[in-house]
Amino acid sequence: MSGGVDSSVAAALMKDAGHDVMGVTLKLWSGPGGEAPTAGCCTVSDAEDARRVAAQLDIPYYVLDHTDDFRDGVVDRFVHDYAAGRTPNPCIECNRTVKFDRLLSRLDDFECDVLVTGHHARSRVSDGTWQLLRGSDAAKDQSYVLSMLTQRELARTRFPVGELTKGEVRQMAAGMGMRTAHKPESMDICFVGQRDYRGFLRDIAPEVFESGPLVDSEGHEVGSHEGVAGFTVGQRRGLGVALGEPRFVIRIDAGTSTVVVGRRDELSVERVGLDQVTWTSGSGADGPVMAQYRAHGDPVPGWLTDSTLIFDEPQEAVSPGQTVAFYDDDLVLGGALIGATQ
Amino acid sequence: MIYLDHAATTPMRPEVWKAMAPFGSETFGNPSGVHGVSRSAKNALEESREKIAAIIGAQPLEIVFTSGGTESDNLAIKGAVLNASPRQGLVTSAIEHEAVLETADFLKRLGMPVSIVGVDSEARVDPAEVADAVTEDTAVVSVMMVNNETGTVQDVRAISDAVKRANPETLFHTDAVQAFGGEAVDVVSLGIDLLTISAHKFGGPKGSGILYVRDGIALEPVIHGGGQELGRRSGTHDVASAVGIATAVEAAQADRERFETETRAIRDDMERRLVDDLGEVMVNTPMTGRSSHHLNVRFPGIRNETLLMLLDQHGVAASAGSACQSGAATVSHVLEAMGLTPDQARESVRFTFGWTSTPAEAVEAASIVAGIVSRLR
Repeated sequence: MSGGVDSSVAAALMKDAGHDVMGVTLKLWSGPGGEAPTAGCCTVSDAEDARRVAAQLDIPYYVLDHTDDFRDGVVDRFVHDYAAGRTPNPCIECNRTVKFDRLLSRLDDFECDVLVTGHHARSRVSDGTWQLLRGSDAAKDQSYVLSMLTQRELARTRFPVGELTKGEVRQMAAGMGMRTAHKPESMDICFVGQRDYRGFLRDIAPEVFESGPLVDSEGHEVGSHEGVAGFTVGQRRGLGVALGEPRFVIRIDAGTSTVVVGRRDELSVERVGLDQVTWTSGSGADGPVMAQYRAHGDPVPGWLTDSTLIFDEPQEAVSPGQTVAFYDDDLVLGGALIGATQ
Repeated sequence: MIYLDHAATTPMRPEVWKAMAPFGSETFGNPSGVHGVSRSAKNALEESREKIAAIIGAQPLEIVFTSGGTESDNLAIKGAVLNASPRQGLVTSAIEHEAVLETADFLKRLGMPVSIVGVDSEARVDPAEVADAVTEDTAVVSVMMVNNETGTVQDVRAISDAVKRANPETLFHTDAVQAFGGEAVDVVSLGIDLLTISAHKFGGPKGSGILYVRDGIALEPVIHGGGQELGRRSGTHDVASAVGIATAVEAAQADRERFETETRAIRDDMERRLVDDLGEVMVNTPMTGRSSHHLNVRFPGIRNETLLMLLDQHGVAASAGSACQSGAATVSHVLEAMGLTPDQARESVRFTFGWTSTPAEAVEAASIVAGIVSRLR
């Protein structure tokens, strides 16, 4: 229970269906002095919202400390990825390492059967095999951030609000008199809050910022930068160069602390090397897939072969470190991290 | 629900609530007034003060009514340091309650000399070490009589004597919040200048405490205002609260010997059962010099967070460390001061008994704890 309306309604739906429900909020991050965040996601007031909903639903409620797991699996990785010239998605790493790994592994200790979240996605079992599908509300679908889940996780997770539209969820919450019914969604990274991620990186790992050259695709130096961590592939702003036509970050080479900038047509990517490939139903097969390589982008056709994804049509702004999720219509087939691009 | 968190708070004794009731709408006056309505309230207030003083060996005017243990600790320490005397230093121990340690930190940030004395593996303070830390600049030393997490009992008299030998001008404060009701508390035989007790730890109301201030000691108030409590603590008196703590003090004192022997036996029984049933159980509460009602145990390999949740689910209320703002348990600074690693501190759980505890509760609770721990292993 994050304190948001989706997890609030998820808890209510499970209780209404007759299950024994226990609400938990995860404590993931403290500020430098150990203080709880007061801006962004998962703040003290969010925990208070969750507690109130739990009291309203008359279910036990606990706060679980996963700060160590979060620091190791999410924050350290975030810093490491940016330092290596990749663009991480920390919410996906949180799902991968904390929520659906560390937390899930405690279910038996808690004498619980399943973990329930407020994600807008659907899961079902068909012929003994679990399937993960997009949520009913296409605009709110969150299956992309769950694309790393496999049978092991799906068997012990439920996503009750995935059958509803966001509007229906809010209506239900309002009908139950929940104060979170009209609470706005938080879009911020919980440990970064409302400031720029670069400010966060400078505070927590200033050593990550090492100046270097800005070069064009022929290797000619066209400027300088203060650290590869400040850049993402496809970025146009903040390059500090005026070369007539717009320039974009086309590649980051952390090893040499070099940022390569180029024209728009140089942003095209045809093939992607994949890391940490997971399949929701066991091993995947090579062949045609619909690949979604941004959190809110339409999937595009491509061909999977031997941990490489080849797009049917070249794609722009494909960032190493981001996730690509594979779909067959609404069905999630699996996911991977974007490695080297060509 | 078997309630084993009496160190956090205790249920109110029925006679306390009954004694407090008339002070809502019947004897509702503000004690600081001329008319009969005020005087009735004032009489009740002063009668409460006298009762408490008599029981702890003090004079009535040496009793200051406060909002509880935390305020009393703040007043004792800040009051002694900030009273514009030449001495501005504080010496205290690493195992004190946050009410003392956070106050110490505040004074340190203001530039006062603050010394924190360590403890041994039983959370025991060495009087000689305390005395060594006392300088001519030390205004006050504060060492708690019984530790709230482990139940370790300090030799308050020995510490007080050592402090006075080191600097006769230095005041000695003891937080007796966890002591009163179990240990004998007499300010004269303890040789102390300042003493804190808190009503809700022995069947009294929450939000009610006292600070004993030996006659002749001047403290800068923490709360300034109308000058009540001889200028030491301003604010309209909560007479119900004062009556409540006085009634609870009387009841706890009358019950003290029974509490000391019976509660100790109940606590010891639970300890024995856990050790017998589970084998690998480390007891953080010291074997000797322990209170009558604390039991702090460590279950290797088991997160206290998980254990407390399951205990709650199975009808046993216990605790570990203190809860942070969001509700998650924090790592105990007391256990760390004793030499436990953070991981070991996170395997430790505190069971504390009180005036309502029965032998049957210890038997059943031990059985529930053993069942859960065995399953988790």
